[in-house]
Amino acid sequence: MTAAGAADGGSAVEIAAAVAAGDRSAVEIVDAHLARIAAGDGEIHAFNTVVADRARERAAAVDRAVAAGEPVGPLAGVPVALKDNFCTRGVPTTCSSRILDGWVPPYDATAVERLEAAGAVVVGKTNLDEFAMGSSTENSAFGPTRNPLDVTRVPGGSSGGSAAAVAADFAVLGFGSDTGGSIRQPAALCGVVGLKPTYGAVSRYGLVAFASSLDQIGPFARSVADAALAYDTVAGHDPRDSTSLPDGHRPTVERLTDGVEGLRVGVVSEMTAPELRADRGGAFEPAVIDRCHRAADVLADAGAKVDEVSIPTAVAGLAAYYMIAPAEASSNLARYDGVRYGARQPGANTAAMMTASRTAGFGDEVKRRIMLGTYALSAGYYDAFYGKAQRIRTLMIREFDRVYQQYDVLLSPTSPCVAFPFGAKADPLTMYYNDVCTIPSNLTGHPAISVPFGTGEAGLPVGVQVLGPKLSEGELMRVAAALEAAAAAGGADPTGEDTP
Amino acid sequence: MPDTDDAAPTDRDHLTPEEVAKVARLALLELTDDERSRFATQLDAVLDLADQLDGFELDDVPPTAHPFGLVNVFRRDQPETDAEAAEFRRLALEGGPEVEDGRFKVPPALGEAP
Repeated sequence: MTAAGAADGGSAVEIAAAVAAGDRSAVEIVDAHLARIAAGDGEIHAFNTVVADRARERAAAVDRAVAAGEPVGPLAGVPVALKDNFCTRGVPTTCSSRILDGWVPPYDATAVERLEAAGAVVVGKTNLDEFAMGSSTENSAFGPTRNPLDVTRVPGGSSGGSAAAVAADFAVLGFGSDTGGSIRQPAALCGVVGLKPTYGAVSRYGLVAFASSLDQIGPFARSVADAALAYDTVAGHDPRDSTSLPDGHRPTVERLTDGVEGLRVGVVSEMTAPELRADRGGAFEPAVIDRCHRAADVLADAGAKVDEVSIPTAVAGLAAYYMIAPAEASSNLARYDGVRYGARQPGANTAAMMTASRTAGFGDEVKRRIMLGTYALSAGYYDAFYGKAQRIRTLMIREFDRVYQQYDVLLSPTSPCVAFPFGAKADPLTMYYNDVCTIPSNLTGHPAISVPFGTGEAGLPVGVQVLGPKLSEGELMRVAAALEAAAAAGGADPTGEDTP
Repeated sequence: MPDTDDAAPTDRDHLTPEEVAKVARLALLELTDDERSRFATQLDAVLDLADQLDGFELDDVPPTAHPFGLVNVFRRDQPETDAEAAEFRRLALEGGPEVEDGRFKVPPALGEAP
């Protein structure tokens, strides 16, 4: 089910170069992906909407531009899957929620504009946990996405559809949003690369808001080089997003071959300690922790200076997140009231109509988070929950900033476990714990990448997370590229060495 | 996974179905009796997580609402043309479930529809 050997195969880098040179046709490449979607997505359900005609038209326009000798962008003819919370002009955007039934955005997100300007071809909008709230896509109003590597298991979430689309080669690149791990965790569970950039590095104009101080757009790819190219294409200041960083974008593609010699790498104790292992009473699959230590060894062998580092506030991240994110969500989702967008239920007066529309339109997880946020922000509880969480957030930022004076990057597992079976984490709190390693980067605003590194239970992929300070995406790519190369050479899964 | 059954007791009283109903009303959601009880248990377990926020010295720590600070950004105050304004209005109204005379239409705000 992967690109290997397919006539239309290849990386985004290769496809774009071949299309731009006139050696390959964008239409043929897109058609081959659409055919794979038609054949396979009935089972996987990566997509909510496939835009076959639109994709063929765009691909034909790329081919015409090449034939006419006009310049085409760095992603010419590359099929891309977009999470269905990116606004796309003329194409339904559902957030996998009933409440947006029938709504068609009148504008494109900046990220979509930039991708299409670069010659990328959008093939469809992918499934997600409703409003990006979840870690498995089981909270989608349209049914879950299945993991292409094992269809009895979840692809992770919330951007599970984009991760699955890339893993199944329905698209060469995918895009998602990451509020607490929603790019990195599904990337880990589907065995692909996923980047959560620095907060504000990629414009969120046109991304449906979940928790505005945490949300960030980023790419999925089957290689680190493709992830770097995808990130470089969408990153950079956008005056239409007031949270967009003015600092300017630092290109990452040229950093891929820099190596890790001399790089200072810290392995986060709070996410790798022996007592976290399930075989010692903890909640982490032992193989996940083993792969992370193995990754550290690989980097040390390549000349990096590797050490253990303790970040005590990291353990408070989960709690702080589940006060802050629902609070912001309860405010952001107040706009869905049956007046301006999507589905309306009848009511005798305005309040009754709004209540009926929201009650019918939102699923259980969204209702839980709205209520949690409403409660955490209510008089008498504000200081104990939201206020305290915001102060913890300050402490975390200070602590990570201090650690990054001594380390260039940090290592941790991406997810405590490999892809899990459907229904295995039906209790909300059990599901929330899946984001324990990814949440800190959202609270601090720092970037982090998940790169496949070896396997765990049932031979399923493990993701190792590389974290870095503000705008360190170039360093993350260097490290991820080194780990990718080691894994490809068989260095991630040494036998009989580390698993007791 | 923190074992929620054995979580340290919190000073906070447990969330009751009645409190959940009140929060739901504030959020314009209607819950069945079943949902009130179920959500009360589930939300209570999440609120217990707040115990993990204790034990940090926070007296002189300011709250963070945004990772890198946030300042207002204004576009140039450039009036749009009448044609542009009409087009924006048309596009915005297209998304509404009920529209009349260039406006979103809702049932009466007070009282009840006849």
